[in-house]
Amino acid sequence: MQLWLIPLLPLAGFAINGLFGRRFSKALVNVFAIGSVVLAFAWVLKTIVGLGDLTMPYTEHYFTWIQSGQFSVGADFTVDRLTEVMLLVVTGIGSLIHIYSTGYMAHEHGPNHGGYYRFFAYLNLFMFFMLVLVLAANYLVLFVGWEGVGLCSYLLIGFYFTKKFATDAGNKAFIVNRIGDFGFSLAMFYIVKTFGTLDFGSVFSRAPGASEATLTLIGLLLLVGATGKSAQIPLYVWLPDAMAGPTPVSALIHAATMVTAGVYMTARSFPIYSHAPVALETIAVIGVATAFFAATIGMAQNDIKKVFAYSTVSQLGYMFVGVGVGAYGAGVYHLVTHAFFKALLFLGSGAVIHSLSGEQDMRNMGGLRTKIPWTFWTMVCAWVAIAGVPFTSGFFSKDEILIAAYYHEPWIYWLGTITAGITAFYVSRAMFMTFFGKYRGHEHHIHESPAVMTLPLTVLAALSLAGGYFFRVPSFLDAVFPGRKELENSGLMAISVFFGFGGILIAYLMYVAKPAMADSFAGSIKGLYTLVYNKYFVDELYDTAVVKPVVGGARWVLWRGVDAGIIDGMANGVATLSRGIGGVLRLWQSGNIRSYATWVVAGSVALMVTLGMLAGGAR
Amino acid sequence: MNLLTLVLFLPLAGFLVALFLPRSSPQSSRGWALAISLVTFVASLGLPFQFDYAAAGEQFKLDVPWIASPEIHFYLSADGVSMWLLLLATFLTPICVLVSWRSIQHRVKEFFAFLLLLEFGLVGVFIAQDLFLFYVFWEVSLVPMYFLVGIWGHERRIYAAVKFFLFTMAGSVLMLAAIIYLYNKAGTFSYPALLGMLSSGRLSFAPTEGLLLFLAFFIAFAIKVPLFPLHTWLPDAHVEAPTAGSIMLAAVMLKMGTYGILHFCVPLFPGPARQCAPWIAVLAIIGIVYGALVSLVQPNMKKLVAYSSVSHLGFVVLGIFSFTQLGLDGAVYQMLNHGISTGALFALVGLMYERRHSLEIADFGGVATPAPWLSTAFLITTLASIGLPLLNNFVGEFLVLQGTAQTNYTWTIFAALGVILSACYMLWLYQRVFYGDTREEVRLHMPDMNMREWVAVVPLIVMMIWMGVYSQSFLPPVTKSNSRVLDQAQINVPFRVAVPSTKEVASAR
Repeated sequence: MQLWLIPLLPLAGFAINGLFGRRFSKALVNVFAIGSVVLAFAWVLKTIVGLGDLTMPYTEHYFTWIQSGQFSVGADFTVDRLTEVMLLVVTGIGSLIHIYSTGYMAHEHGPNHGGYYRFFAYLNLFMFFMLVLVLAANYLVLFVGWEGVGLCSYLLIGFYFTKKFATDAGNKAFIVNRIGDFGFSLAMFYIVKTFGTLDFGSVFSRAPGASEATLTLIGLLLLVGATGKSAQIPLYVWLPDAMAGPTPVSALIHAATMVTAGVYMTARSFPIYSHAPVALETIAVIGVATAFFAATIGMAQNDIKKVFAYSTVSQLGYMFVGVGVGAYGAGVYHLVTHAFFKALLFLGSGAVIHSLSGEQDMRNMGGLRTKIPWTFWTMVCAWVAIAGVPFTSGFFSKDEILIAAYYHEPWIYWLGTITAGITAFYVSRAMFMTFFGKYRGHEHHIHESPAVMTLPLTVLAALSLAGGYFFRVPSFLDAVFPGRKELENSGLMAISVFFGFGGILIAYLMYVAKPAMADSFAGSIKGLYTLVYNKYFVDELYDTAVVKPVVGGARWVLWRGVDAGIIDGMANGVATLSRGIGGVLRLWQSGNIRSYATWVVAGSVALMVTLGMLAGGAR
Repeated sequence: MNLLTLVLFLPLAGFLVALFLPRSSPQSSRGWALAISLVTFVASLGLPFQFDYAAAGEQFKLDVPWIASPEIHFYLSADGVSMWLLLLATFLTPICVLVSWRSIQHRVKEFFAFLLLLEFGLVGVFIAQDLFLFYVFWEVSLVPMYFLVGIWGHERRIYAAVKFFLFTMAGSVLMLAAIIYLYNKAGTFSYPALLGMLSSGRLSFAPTEGLLLFLAFFIAFAIKVPLFPLHTWLPDAHVEAPTAGSIMLAAVMLKMGTYGILHFCVPLFPGPARQCAPWIAVLAIIGIVYGALVSLVQPNMKKLVAYSSVSHLGFVVLGIFSFTQLGLDGAVYQMLNHGISTGALFALVGLMYERRHSLEIADFGGVATPAPWLSTAFLITTLASIGLPLLNNFVGEFLVLQGTAQTNYTWTIFAALGVILSACYMLWLYQRVFYGDTREEVRLHMPDMNMREWVAVVPLIVMMIWMGVYSQSFLPPVTKSNSRVLDQAQINVPFRVAVPSTKEVASAR
């Protein structure tokens, strides 16, 4: 089926634009950038049609990547139904965001169009690595994509590389992800130690034979990797900062695709987790805790992208809850619907920012619904979807997760439902602050975005509304994840819908009906508000507890102390000592013949006396 | 005279001719050095083509008596490991010539002559099978490096050169004593003969005797590697050395130490090696983490890269003392990788020094704006150095850590911390040097790479990608040689894996 073509097409786009894009016009850059991704999408469609029902995974082997002794890792791709879902999301939404970006980035100016070609080269490279990630047939090839998307994320967060906050955010993203990858690598080493291979097929078929302790260890180590990539507690801190990148990047990488890689990977590893209940439970707890925690931060942010960033962290938490309670299909379902509505929220906010020439603070917005109606109405579709309004895409997937959670562990359901209310509140708050009331910004020519931007918004709006109904992901994935139970509980469903509408209503009261209410409420809980507004001071905590001690210790204890002080001190001490000894010995070598002669005589006498005494003693 | 011998003597002939080139025409020295190093490289390219990949033992053997008493032979041969290390040396020498083209302006003739003599010594070290001959090449390589640092180095060059010389000499004296002791005991300097006597039982060591001999060799090699805490000569030598000196020092000379451990220490003294392995592994792991942490806080680019070498070489030593096939293969691969990527780092830092006349990180900033291609090359090298998959270091680090995990999972946990830290120090360096607003001094003095510099750097980048994507071009002979080392030493901790993975995939297709 030539699966390799799927990732290789964007890679070619990257190579062409990366090497020659400086000399291309923007239109030519667009041809290669968009062309390669759209072709990849087309090839995905062709592959899916060609593979048909696909009840068994389909695998292609290209070459041996690493071989040592009996151990080998192949450059292998595989497709099953889970891969198909991911391929469609990545190339489908990827195509839309590439098209959108040509409009969003059109105003980049300066030398080489301000790096216009560079932006698309990176974006194409990201598509390559993301597609490798989802096509991989073993953990090591998955890890190629895993680290590769991290690299592209780093490059695109720091795209405006003259700005220090952007490159700081890029470094933070890469390094925090490396901490996660540390766990992922240790998991791989333990997998090989246990199973002798990294191939999904072999590992999963042998997993039931391994001890629960082993599988729990592997599962928890993989989870460390997932918390890094998918921004879960305790490694979520990089994602809000990642908003320093251009907004289409936030939509594609930091909402729709890359950050869901941890969900994909843990769902993919379900044969390990299904025999490691403790690891699975940990996923669910981390998921629901992150969902709640991040949602509360989202309530108090004023930067429109920051709101959606914390929202993404929170929604990823829901996906982990799905995986953690054993409803893998539901987790992936939410991954798909979230890709629709969150990509739309980001692209929509990008259109808002674009129309306001870079303004991101919602306190300086307001009343935009009449000025940019197309953007507004598409974003409304995402709004209702994430708030869980019945029959929108988010409603289906979130309920599937929450109901599964209820039958697993009721408290997870209740915390998840409360979080759903908070979610509805903060998204509504963002919508009201942006589009309702009076415009609070500076005098400005506010313009609707061009068609290349509004068209992708429209497609995503349609998907956000109807995608959940038409793409019944969990039943499609029954071939991959066995043992799904059809759970229906209209009572629970009604409760979460009630919470969703409640959140919208409170936001309406506070930000539209009585605008002064928000401030007075924040004032009445000042301490708590400050805590939440400052994101619980987690960044400051990490900085004080980890970063400063490591850097300071390395500088003052290791370098100045151990290296320059102790080790070099000893080496120089030896040198000084030998110079001292040499100084004494030098006195013997005066160059004076008579003194030499004296020493020779003295030495001879001493020698003869000694020999004589020894001989006498022997006798 | 076989191809191996030819490759050895071409640089020596180049050195001798270079001595007689006119001092008045530095261009002729440059041209000659480039020509002869290229010819040597092309000749050495024949080796992997003539190499018999089915055979495991020594190849291209040449064994002629040299000195009658004591009986010293001119005995050369190569196995799968030494062949690649030799190619690393011959590959990097023309690159060193190119990066020194403009930066060396005084005593040009002597500089290139010493560079060729250095190549001769390095090639010899990797292929000498007579212990005395090995020692001769070991010292031969030391002398030109001493002069490269001492004459063409920066401000504190004399201090650095002497420190380098004394540290290395301290170790080599121990090694020489051990070699002579072995000769007195066994009556031969021939390394294969010694191995034969060991395996047939005609030669054996008392426990203390073996341990002392092992340590005498090991300390000599460990200083060269350098293994923590014997590393402090390295940052000084690197900072003061001219670019070409840094490249050859980091990329090839350090490998003399790890090669020596793998090729001589472990097979000759397997018992003591095994006995000391936990201690050595711990030192290697300390080196990995310590080198990375100290690297993090360096204000000087070359010092930063030098300390990162301590960290990278820690992986190599750890891999060897895991005594697994994967660990040994990874260690050798990592020797080659480190040669390529750290060689490239020093080359690029050298290009920046030529422009800005500073190595202090604080003197840079915003280089990406005036020199985008230089920045791109540096970025790719950075990514290779921090072990990004599809670039070379990843394969080596993965094999080393995996091999170590087979032996001792706890070691792996601590060693893998180095992978996090490498991202910290390299990306922070990259941010401070290349990103941010461009300072006026940087903007005025930072032209992008010229054609000569491209020709020097692109081959290195090609190798990073090639070795990262398709390791099968390089690993099979390494695996064969290493499995022989493990058999020889009879310390093979078998890789207890029943089913190789690729077969199942192939059949599923």
